[in-house]
Amino acid sequence: MKLNAKIPPGPLKDKWTYYKDHAKLVNPANRKKLDVIVVGTGLAGSSIAASLAEMGYHVTSFCFQDSARRAHSVAAQGGVNAAKNYKNDGDSTYRMFYDTIKGGDFRSREANVYRLAECSAQLIDQAVAQGVPFGREYGGYLNNRSFGGVQVSRTFYARGQTGQQLLLGAYQALMRQVAAKTVSLFTRHEMLDVVLVDGKARGIIVRNLDTGEIERHTAHAVILASGGFGKIYYLSTLAMGCNASAIWRAHKKGAFMACPSWTQVHPTSLPQSGSYQSKLTLMSESLRNDGRIWVPLKANESRKPNDIPEEERDYYLERRYPAFGNLAPRDISSRAAKERIDAGFGVGPQQNAVYLDFSKAIQEQGKQKIKEKYGNLFDMYHKITATDAYTEPMMISPAAHFSMGGLWVDYELMTTIPGLFALGEANFADHGANRLGANSLLQACVDGYFVAPYTVSNYLSGEIKEPRLSVERQEFVDAEVVVRAHLSKLVSIKGSKTADHYHKTLGKLLYDYCGLSRSKEGLLKAIKGIRELRSDFYQNLKVSGDEDEMNGELEKAGRVSDYLEVAELMCQDALTREESCGAHFREEYQTPEGEALRNDEKFCFVSVWQYQGEGKDEILIPEPLKFENVELAVRSYK
Amino acid sequence: MKIYLKIWRQNDAGSPGKMVDYTLDNVILNMSFLEMMDTLNEQLVLAGDRPVEFDHDCREGICGQCGMMINGRAHGPVAHLTTCQLHMREFKDGDTIYIEPFRGKGFPIKRDLRVDRSAFDRIIMAGGFVSVNTGQAPEANGIPISHEDAESAFDSAACIGCGACVATCKNSSAALFTSAKIAHLAKLPQGEIESRKRALAMVQQMDDEQFGHCTNTEACEVECPQSISVLNIARMNWEYTLSKVLRNT
Ligand SMILES: Cc1cc2nc3c(=O)[nH]c(=O)nc-3n(C[C@H](O)[C@H](O)[C@H](O)COP(=O)(O)OP(=O)(O)OC[C@H]3O[C@@H](n4cnc5c(N)ncnc54)[C@H](O)[C@@H]3O)c2cc1C
Ligand code: SF4
Ligand code: FES
Repeated sequence: MKLNAKIPPGPLKDKWTYYKDHAKLVNPANRKKLDVIVVGTGLAGSSIAASLAEMGYHVTSFCFQDSARRAHSVAAQGGVNAAKNYKNDGDSTYRMFYDTIKGGDFRSREANVYRLAECSAQLIDQAVAQGVPFGREYGGYLNNRSFGGVQVSRTFYARGQTGQQLLLGAYQALMRQVAAKTVSLFTRHEMLDVVLVDGKARGIIVRNLDTGEIERHTAHAVILASGGFGKIYYLSTLAMGCNASAIWRAHKKGAFMACPSWTQVHPTSLPQSGSYQSKLTLMSESLRNDGRIWVPLKANESRKPNDIPEEERDYYLERRYPAFGNLAPRDISSRAAKERIDAGFGVGPQQNAVYLDFSKAIQEQGKQKIKEKYGNLFDMYHKITATDAYTEPMMISPAAHFSMGGLWVDYELMTTIPGLFALGEANFADHGANRLGANSLLQACVDGYFVAPYTVSNYLSGEIKEPRLSVERQEFVDAEVVVRAHLSKLVSIKGSKTADHYHKTLGKLLYDYCGLSRSKEGLLKAIKGIRELRSDFYQNLKVSGDEDEMNGELEKAGRVSDYLEVAELMCQDALTREESCGAHFREEYQTPEGEALRNDEKFCFVSVWQYQGEGKDEILIPEPLKFENVELAVRSYK
Repeated sequence: MKIYLKIWRQNDAGSPGKMVDYTLDNVILNMSFLEMMDTLNEQLVLAGDRPVEFDHDCREGICGQCGMMINGRAHGPVAHLTTCQLHMREFKDGDTIYIEPFRGKGFPIKRDLRVDRSAFDRIIMAGGFVSVNTGQAPEANGIPISHEDAESAFDSAACIGCGACVATCKNSSAALFTSAKIAHLAKLPQGEIESRKRALAMVQQMDDEQFGHCTNTEACEVECPQSISVLNIARMNWEYTLSKVLRNT
């Protein structure tokens, strides 16, 4: 199959306008005859569901949490980017576009990224209109700060809880439509398959997590906004329920996956402290605005941080990247931390952390000012570690955080299955091989509020004559049979190891061989290990309880069964990309100073994968990336 | 350390429930409370028993999904903390811990420690939003909002919808939750226009969902993980009364 990214013609800055001017419309009278399914109620899902409903379509929306307001977007602390240039520091749409392209190590589409930057200003307007209480200056105007990888202040924030506030705005817009009966909302429902009719996405199979019932739902288009799958590493900054199931099952039905191995490892998470641990908590990256990162100059240092004098500290980010210092992008900062930790300079009981120190900022600005900026983060740190970071440096460590890869989508955010769209973190678009801080909330919102309303309508304009389908159609019956068989299989293995056991084992394997750094040897080892683990899973898994009741263990087992397949494709993807770019660091390809060495000659493309059936190797289809507006440059933050 | 647990087990809303005893031998001080529960569940699954169902997701105190009564207190012994943020260092070797679901008429039990909090969503549906459609918002700096107002709106907006306020209230009142949303939106110019109508509708819905009345014991504020102030309730009553009065004149 040939990939068509459907990039509109014309100069970069006019492409989106051109698209909007030419997108087909649906007459309001026809909109009520058209149904759309939206899986996910995060920023991407809630915003598209509310927007389409406002336009007059009938929307059915799903999430696995007990309330739409609890989607993972709620956890984002740092902020959301927008090129408003309120600080008069030279920001512009083009500059944001350039920073994002460069931040992603020149591995994303120009047109998508430009559109992201272009719509960013509008998003702030929308959020403010919904009542999002962004930080304000004393004069009443919006405040912003700066984030990793950029030199302007373009990040808007609501204290350390920006994701929560943006999501509440979107959730409230969604609930307004639920009250107006334009959206039917199904919480505690998990999508387990997409149903295709005549090659188009026409519905989904879901499991009611409270009762175990399997349900069929039909529509004229299906939108997946099911978030990222970084939880595949088990220890990650993501919520416990985040998973890959929705996109993976769509993949097996024919939607291509892109760049699955690009997982961002965030530099400022709390370190792991024991094997019982279920997640790693993130400290917002915004802390790097004022915190200085260091490790002791001496390996295996045993003194307390405050007892180590200034000249015996190594501020390695400031040393290696003087231009960006502590604000170096995430991939670079994470790798630099790993390098120091691996070399024996790590701190903390497990020697797996580095210090993030606020003493200088407190000295210069006063404790009150720091408290105002990051108070809740300091409180959170205290709750988890019982340490006061106002008097002692925080300990931080890199942790799996964000999936840059996901379902392949064209400029319209449509996958290779007609009528199946992917929005937000579930798709691969916009971030390239590394995501700049505060660009993800933005992407999820922009996809849902400003892009998909046009592109989904454009698609639906061709579906007006398609009738509503009966759930009794053979395609739905067949899909349900497969879903039920899989659930029964998981329950009937009756082995001796829990789903969590497999998840943890897989996570460790991935972290070691397909994490912050990768090598051919390691990846081959991982693939072998994953295959063995998968076969063990189907022989020795233990799930207690039944399939036709509320069963948290079965939910986990289903997600882990998908992870065991995704993991292999991740390693395959990392193996074929013989270069280093962004979050993907292949040890074989580095400069003498240990920096990532990109190979634009051979790898300036998106790796797109087509499923070939159970047990068969997937096929790689490259989507070449054309750079007409920026020059491919070595990414230097020195 | 060794911990004795007494946990409420109940199959579904219709069946009777009871406290069941469990013992855990290897509890580590740095474990979070939910990691302790994971350890128990792992033990139960391996023994072929049904694990204890409890709600949780983010495990960092922000999604609002976790929540249980621990030794009679919503979210456990530490004030202003969610259950997922509670750590086992708050307990001692040999302690017995009583774990029950959040209870309240508006929160029917689903199974074990999971309760149905959808009533909160319906309260929001009644008016907890600004009626603005996508794509037509004016420039965000067009209406200045003072730093103090934005911060104060944020204080109210920070509610995570966990339901601890209901569980801890002797009347099972949802006043703190409802008032937080009413106050958040009333404090911003964007939301103020609808504030009277909103207060009437949301309070009505709160009553319809069978939450009790607020009698100002202020127990909710003590347990609220976000330290939502009871002053929000005063604001709600003010908006409500004003709208009643204005409607009747
Ligand atoms: C700790 C943390 C901090 C972050 N901080 C920032 C930040 O400061 N700035 C920034 O820009 N980004 C940040 N991010 C990233 C950002 O929050 C996410 O990428 C973004 O919110 C994803 O939004 P989404 O709508 O795509 O998905 P999510 O919000 O993850 O929503 C996924 C939805 O899909 C549903 N779902 C999933 N699978 C299924 C299924 N099979 N069936 C039914 N429903 C399903 C879930 O229930 C949920 O409703 C952070 C991420 C983390 C982990
Ligand atoms: S007011 Fe506090 S206790 Fe009540 S739901 Fe909100 S956060 Fe929870
Ligand atoms: S699990 Fe999200 S608040 Fe506790």
